[in-house]
Amino acid sequence: MILLRVLGFSLLLTLFFTLVANLLPQVEGDAPKATKVDLSSLTPEKYAAIGDTIFHGKGTCTLCHNERGRAPNIAVLNLADETKKALADANYQGNATDIESYIHESMLKPSAYVVPGFGKKGAPNVSPMPTISKPPIALSAIEINAVIAYLQAKDGNDITVPLPSADAAPAVADNSGGSGDAPAIAATAEEALNKYGCTACHTILDSEADTGPNLKKVGPTLSEEFIRKSIIYPNADITKGYEADIMPDDFAEQMNVKELEMIVKFIRAGGKK
Amino acid sequence: MMKSRELPAGEINKMIRVSSISGPSSSTAKGRDIRFAGSRFGWHKLPWKKLSLHVGLVAILMLAIPLFVAISEPGSTPVLASSDWSGVTQAVAAEAVTPAATPAATTDTAAGDAASKELIPAPQPEAKDYPNIGVSSRSVVWIVAQLHLYFGAFVLAVPIFVLLIEWIGVKTGDSRYEAMAHEFMKISATAYAITSLLGGTLAFALFLLYPDFMGYMMRVFGSQTLVYAALFFSESIVVYLYYYSWDALRYGNAKWAHLTLGLLVNVVGLTLMVMSNAWATFMMAPSGVNEVGAVTGNIWQILKGPLWNALNLHRFIANIAFGGAVVGAYAAYRFLSSKTPEEKAHYDWMGYTANFIAILSFLPLPFAGYYLMAEVYAYSQTMGITAMGGILAWLFIVQAVLIGAILLAGNYYLWSGMSRTEGSERYQGYIKYIAFVLVTSFLVWITPHTLILSPAEIRLLGGANHHILGVFGIMPAKNIAVNLMLIFTFLSFQLFRRADKVAVVSWERAGNALMVTIYAVAVFNVVFAGVYYGYFTNTLYKVGSSVMQVASTLTVIISGIILDTYLYKGARILPSHWGKVTNRSQYALFALPVAFTWLMALMGYVRSSVRTHWHVNNIMRDNSPDNFIPAIGYAGNMMTIVTILFIAMVLFVFWVSTLSEKKQLPPESSGQEVGQ
Repeated sequence: MILLRVLGFSLLLTLFFTLVANLLPQVEGDAPKATKVDLSSLTPEKYAAIGDTIFHGKGTCTLCHNERGRAPNIAVLNLADETKKALADANYQGNATDIESYIHESMLKPSAYVVPGFGKKGAPNVSPMPTISKPPIALSAIEINAVIAYLQAKDGNDITVPLPSADAAPAVADNSGGSGDAPAIAATAEEALNKYGCTACHTILDSEADTGPNLKKVGPTLSEEFIRKSIIYPNADITKGYEADIMPDDFAEQMNVKELEMIVKFIRAGGKK
Repeated sequence: MMKSRELPAGEINKMIRVSSISGPSSSTAKGRDIRFAGSRFGWHKLPWKKLSLHVGLVAILMLAIPLFVAISEPGSTPVLASSDWSGVTQAVAAEAVTPAATPAATTDTAAGDAASKELIPAPQPEAKDYPNIGVSSRSVVWIVAQLHLYFGAFVLAVPIFVLLIEWIGVKTGDSRYEAMAHEFMKISATAYAITSLLGGTLAFALFLLYPDFMGYMMRVFGSQTLVYAALFFSESIVVYLYYYSWDALRYGNAKWAHLTLGLLVNVVGLTLMVMSNAWATFMMAPSGVNEVGAVTGNIWQILKGPLWNALNLHRFIANIAFGGAVVGAYAAYRFLSSKTPEEKAHYDWMGYTANFIAILSFLPLPFAGYYLMAEVYAYSQTMGITAMGGILAWLFIVQAVLIGAILLAGNYYLWSGMSRTEGSERYQGYIKYIAFVLVTSFLVWITPHTLILSPAEIRLLGGANHHILGVFGIMPAKNIAVNLMLIFTFLSFQLFRRADKVAVVSWERAGNALMVTIYAVAVFNVVFAGVYYGYFTNTLYKVGSSVMQVASTLTVIISGIILDTYLYKGARILPSHWGKVTNRSQYALFALPVAFTWLMALMGYVRSSVRTHWHVNNIMRDNSPDNFIPAIGYAGNMMTIVTILFIAMVLFVFWVSTLSEKKQLPPESSGQEVGQ
């Protein structure tokens, strides 16, 4: 009898723990799968889109390059300006001459230049960033160029990296385990607003939600810079009557630069095309 | 005048004496109350000569084993400085496309002896190279490995505190400690055979299901595996010698010989543990090999990976907590099955001691875990973030539930146990406040930061994070909660220990005032550091502030133990009624091992999953069909299966242990009895 009671009690407790585990979001971590890319139809834009996927996936760049301060938040920085600053810095120890070579060098020799404040603890001129071409990330030369293409394109700069030749037949890893196609970038501002769920909280398009400010109303009164900042840093300025920490603060990671600009302009225009 | 239920000290001592206790030196005859032996220690009375002999023996063993390991590695490779690796690496990497029997690297860049050593890269098996037995290979290995780990942890941990309890018995002359240590060892010795069987099954399963991986591991660790086997053989001998010679080597110098055997059990056991830990840490953070997995270092460099020491410390402490919890369940099981007050008193005391061991070892465990994770981050930020901030982050909610369950069960047992002593009413009033802090902290701890929500749910919630609860979802709030839970658990523990004592030192008031001040400052530090640095400064300070919080908590624990040792020196002891505890409290002693068991499985899942799709991180890729990180729900189901199997096996061990105490009467005598 005691044995049964003890077993029953233990079983109930175990099942409770199991229940908690099953109530949580169920996410599997797939191993990267090599996928072939059709190089004959590859354009610089598609190449940049592949770079976007790698930047947010296999490259694991956003684990550190985000708004949490572990590494420079690349999403909100214009790398053309950052390159100029770095190359002019007395601490710069690399051989880069332009944006492409600077980004390339940053990925392969991260300590050639460490942005002030982002060095290792006790060794400010040593970067904590791993060498991207080596394990665990181990991007191939073609994947590294794709990331450079993406980083150039996101700021509206020219893509200068060469497209891979058809002979190379690269296998590009994709963390999502998908087909390896370029990620779907919203074609219009309306599509982007729906894609990122803006309508859930704001009055915009057909929505009349009031969790956040009415964008149709306040949009025309704000500058583009202010709207951009409010999307990237939602807590920087809180409109009177609304609370902080409600809007997700990771849109800078999620949005493509083109999408962000489309949304900013759309809101600035009062929700009109 | 005594109350009707109160028994005089002599009677109490009789109550806890059971049939297995024998020998003239039982302190029960001296009229001692049951208490912590620590409060009566006189360090100057210790047999230092004998102790120094033991320490010397341990030192020799500790030196001899690594020396043997080093010598046994044929042609130990000179250490290659990291700067020397590049040439060799490139040479091997270039040939890694044909991994089978790559000839020795003879490049001019490979300097010295390294150039002449054959450098064979790790194999890279394809999906088709993994044997298919019709069920998930990973699941089979998962179950067997986890069960082996449970039993391994148990049989390695129990002798640690058994030796300590036996030594306390010798020092105090109280044979109750002796009897308890012997009984603990009986369970451990019974479980030892199951551990060996599971170890053998695990080895077979690994060689059958992951032949390429195991071939590589054998190549890397070489003859160290034979040293492990030899040590395992030695451990078997000393464990059984230690257990079976208990009564044969009981008094005088023979007792010291027996204690030495106990020491040997622990030295060999701990060596086994750290050696097998090296296999796990090599898979997570390989060392002594180059970038394609070719062995370039000697066995010591392979063993001593960047995570080795941190894992050794973490597992050492965790094993003791786990072992204490399991023997606590044994005591609870025997308590509930007891028919006589004497038996109940004995097993109540045993359960109390086991809980004491489990909770005291558990308190520093989060800090050892913190050290391990800090080492993981130092080794690879990507690995650290995968564990703490990636898809595995959700399981820390389950971890919070489990640790919360452990702390609540441990506290509940302490509160229930206070009712045994007549002085406990002085402290009963504090329990409700402690319970409030524990439950509130627990709720903060399990509050998730973000949830995967649909747009409608976001609208309903008012954003991705709740406007009030969102504040509790981030790490600073959790750090405050965890540290407060630990501080207040220690408070329960301290009150419990004080319940049967009345201090007689002249500085009692000052001592208590100091203790209260330490608690107040620590709680203020924990809350201030968490709130100010957690919410109002940048990330760098946020991480740094946790050190201040941990230091505050540890200060409370250490100063509390030291202060009470002196404050209650020669204290007046109030009567304790062992065996007069509620049956309900015993279920707390079952909750502990169940939660511990589940927690160990959960942490094993994290530790293993941070390798993502690698058998050996960054060196040997896992291309099997199971090379993905399973979702927490699936993992939870696996953990439950393993936990239930373990509980069933442990109950079998308990049952087998009690079988030796039963004796069937001869047929004629029972016939006579019937006839009469």
